[in-house]
Amino acid sequence: MQCDDCNERPAEVQLTAIEDSEMKTLHLCSKCAGERGLTSSALPKVPLVDFLAQLGKDQASFAPEAAGEPCPYCGTTVQDFRKTGRVGCSECYAHFEPQLRALLRRLHGSVQHAGKLYLSESSEIGDRLSRIASMRRRLQRAIDTEDFETAADLRDRIHNLELAE
Amino acid sequence: MIESGAPLANEGSDWIRGDGHEGEVVLSTRVRVARNLQGFTFPVRASADERAEVLVRVRAAASASDCLGDAHLWEIEDLDEGERNLLLERHLVSRELVGAEGLPAAGGGALILSTSEPIGLMVNEEDHLRMQALAAGFHLEETWRRIDRLDEEIGHLLPYAFHHEFGFLTSCPTNVGTGLRASVLIHLPGLVLTKEISKVLEGISQVGLTYRGLHGEGSEVVGNFFQISNQTTLGKSEEELIDHLARIAGKVIEYEKSARSVLLREAPAVLEDKVWRAYGILRTARSLSVEEMMNLLSGVRLGLSLKLLHSPRVETLNEILVLGQAAHLERAAGGRLDEGEADVCRATFVRDTLAADDGGISAMKTRQQRKS
Repeated sequence: MQCDDCNERPAEVQLTAIEDSEMKTLHLCSKCAGERGLTSSALPKVPLVDFLAQLGKDQASFAPEAAGEPCPYCGTTVQDFRKTGRVGCSECYAHFEPQLRALLRRLHGSVQHAGKLYLSESSEIGDRLSRIASMRRRLQRAIDTEDFETAADLRDRIHNLELAE
Repeated sequence: MIESGAPLANEGSDWIRGDGHEGEVVLSTRVRVARNLQGFTFPVRASADERAEVLVRVRAAASASDCLGDAHLWEIEDLDEGERNLLLERHLVSRELVGAEGLPAAGGGALILSTSEPIGLMVNEEDHLRMQALAAGFHLEETWRRIDRLDEEIGHLLPYAFHHEFGFLTSCPTNVGTGLRASVLIHLPGLVLTKEISKVLEGISQVGLTYRGLHGEGSEVVGNFFQISNQTTLGKSEEELIDHLARIAGKVIEYEKSARSVLLREAPAVLEDKVWRAYGILRTARSLSVEEMMNLLSGVRLGLSLKLLHSPRVETLNEILVLGQAAHLERAAGGRLDEGEADVCRATFVRDTLAADDGGISAMKTRQQRKS
């Protein structure tokens, strides 16, 4: 099917809209959809892959020819990542760190996590202290939002952790 | 204890009967977080054994949790295509989890659903865990709190993959950090009719949010339903992301309401005609495509919120929206339907459901009249 607007390119996007008091279904190519305010970033098929394709043009690290070693843990290569937009395991974040750091900055505008802290139960003592700190923060938030059930639970857990010191 | 493989009935669709906050504009609120287990390859790259092992561990953790102790579990492999489509139409699973149409799903994929709360989790989707909570209407904070509680519980039982700088690690770098995606499914016929919609959508894209059609990523916009969600997941706390979305969605709701009152003031006859025509077609049509049904439902929903119509109830519209889709019609018919047959079944289903709603209301009125 061809685009209803330009009659040139193949239609990729279906838009149902009400125009001049009439309900219409339009089949648009991505360019014409963009001109109607439906940007391609809003209607992507595999969003990150497109993004990476664009990125590859001005950034060498994720360019198709960038070889480098595959991830020692799962075997994911730069090419795999470019193709799927996905890494294979947690180790990939260490292995591809320089490239990912640049990508994360472009995607999120930041590379520093500012949300919940997580430390598994098996962590070291130093971790325990930061876990207590993180739980205190969450306790305060729970009190602020009057979520007393969570607050009571956190208070008990902080207490237990402090006893364990 | 988690029960598995129960016959698939109406699980996870209870929310359609809820009439939530700002229900005139907002259909539903959804919050999900993505998590992965430490020491396991992410599902897309994992071996069948590894995926199976992840499922065993998640299942055990869910069983031991308060939030999901009473849940049901379905392994996607055990479901036939019709059942998978039912879950898709209820937005409980993703295409990624159930596998491409006509192809077998990858092993180890599962859906766990609480029987008492609208929360659930997908196992071995793009990430090991995708936990989600759903509510009718506009309830971002409450929905987030539900999922936060589940996340806390599971996080104590299973070690998550977490990086001191990048936060929770996910298969796709677009989800890394909080792993949080909060979204509001919102009905914007007023903004579409007054042609303000592109400006509003443009504004949304400029403030770090994104929008999609009714069926999520890559889907078309149908029936004036837009799903607005946070675009970024890293660099802001969960509360900040939720607050930001709540504030912007609140603004969009405001714009939509004022667009509706402008329409009512400037073009009442056109509007009333459109609403009644939509209702009339739904009540009488003998063949309806999903697309046409959605668009007509949009008109009726608008009419209800502007009090141009007094019936059917919004819950009935929600019910039609979910149960009028192909897999649900096939289940009701007890077999496969080709497109033409499905359109005929859909029209019958819509007529019957609206007639029943009407009957319910007039029966109620009659009873009231008798009483008085």
